[in-house]
Amino acid sequence: MIYDFLLQLTGNAAISSLINSIIPLTFIIPFALFAVYLERKVSAHMQDRLGPMRVGWHGWLQSFADILKLLQKEDIVTADADKKLFNFAPVLVFAGSYAAFAAIPFSSAYIGTNLDLGLLYIVAVTSLVVAGILMAGWGSNNKYSLLGAVRSAAQIVSYEIPTTLVIVTVIVMTGTLNLHKLSTDQTSSFYNWLIFGGYAAGWHKFALIPSMFVGFLVIFISTLAEVNRTPFDIPEAESELVAGYHTEYSGMKFAMFFLAEYANMFAVSAIVATIFFGGFQSPFGYLGNTLGISWLRPIEEFFWFASKGIFFVFVQMWLRWTLPRLRVDQLMAMCWKYLIPIAVVNLIIVALIMVL
Amino acid sequence: MTYYTVSFYLFAAIILLSAYFVVTTKNVIYAAFNLLLTFFGVAGFYALLGADFIAIVQLIVYVGGILILLLFGVMLTNKITDTEIKTGAFQVLPASIIVGMFSGVLIASMTNNRWIVSANTPVAADTLRTIGNILMNQYILIFEVLGVLLLIALIGAASIARK
Repeated sequence: MIYDFLLQLTGNAAISSLINSIIPLTFIIPFALFAVYLERKVSAHMQDRLGPMRVGWHGWLQSFADILKLLQKEDIVTADADKKLFNFAPVLVFAGSYAAFAAIPFSSAYIGTNLDLGLLYIVAVTSLVVAGILMAGWGSNNKYSLLGAVRSAAQIVSYEIPTTLVIVTVIVMTGTLNLHKLSTDQTSSFYNWLIFGGYAAGWHKFALIPSMFVGFLVIFISTLAEVNRTPFDIPEAESELVAGYHTEYSGMKFAMFFLAEYANMFAVSAIVATIFFGGFQSPFGYLGNTLGISWLRPIEEFFWFASKGIFFVFVQMWLRWTLPRLRVDQLMAMCWKYLIPIAVVNLIIVALIMVL
Repeated sequence: MTYYTVSFYLFAAIILLSAYFVVTTKNVIYAAFNLLLTFFGVAGFYALLGADFIAIVQLIVYVGGILILLLFGVMLTNKITDTEIKTGAFQVLPASIIVGMFSGVLIASMTNNRWIVSANTPVAADTLRTIGNILMNQYILIFEVLGVLLLIALIGAASIARK
């Protein structure tokens, strides 16, 4: 664990906790820059365009140019805005999405805090994001912002239910909510991942595979809705609401919303990968084990973790440029009439299989 | 001063200040967002006391559920920020009786319990499993009755909303 190493190095619990808590940020910011570039390239190639090509080779420096531009922008607060709420909202939104990273294991050597109730904790702290979005919508004093914020909150609160039901299914199956334990238990071969019925041998494993696929689909769709991505992006639907709750934001405050959105995308992808796809585990053995180099293994694990996370982020982008946006009533019907009943039935089936 | 003590006083300050603003502010939206801070501080207290499950449930239920509902209600109500929300009625005698009884209960539980006052105090491991076992064995009847009560409330709310 990196924390123990830091504690030995500095000899001070406060300093090592501080450094330990900053580590995910050093991953999120480069990831966000990369993901913005990836999003533009993916969208461009799906629409038979080239995307950014001017800044650097195939436009790879475009995100850096964008960040420089955002840093220079004037910070505009509209005259009638509620200034306290308007200024505090981006901080709250980012704090909520960053807090989720505390319980996500990046590799067997790094997890912010090894919480026993990690999964439940992530569900809990993401509710701060909802409060932040409502704050932004109200503070902007703009009808589009307020509508976007209210839509977003309704959507996140509704889609938390199928997410939590799938998490309960996982608890019934594994008996743990600790994401680090969940990852280490799905030992390093892809057939031990929960999506392939988990690590317990016997007929349970094969009986559970269909339920696990259903669970994966439900949690993927509902987390997609929780991060307000297309096809569930009605809170910021450009064609109706300009940009939803961040219409009035400019410069670095806008950048913070953007960073929070990409951090959220990675967080939910990482959670889905950790629950169903073995987290940081490699699908087949480790080079470090074969060569007998023990320090190589955590690095390989981080590579697999990041690859799985980025793959699901890519799927989210893929869906964004493939599917049209849902209407509000379709969105609510999707959650309450389809996902929740499916998740409940799935939970009962898994519970029955585990009891038998 | 240990980190434990520092975080205790930090959360205590958050709770007291935000609760004071909830009561005194004239703007309902500010009151609601200060309530968010109060709930957050209380969750921090639970975490410090080693009740990790209660802390998380506090966040899920109060911040994620009740407070969001409250904000929704405030935001969808027309012209709520300018109205006088103070009540004119002052019931001194019933209020002081209830407050006295309640503070009696609080002081009794404060003095009779052994509280965790430092990070070195061992806390119960695997709290969720313990709570689940107690709820499903010892208090199963109360647990089920509470479930039925919530279901009745749900049906009642739906039937009122349909009218």
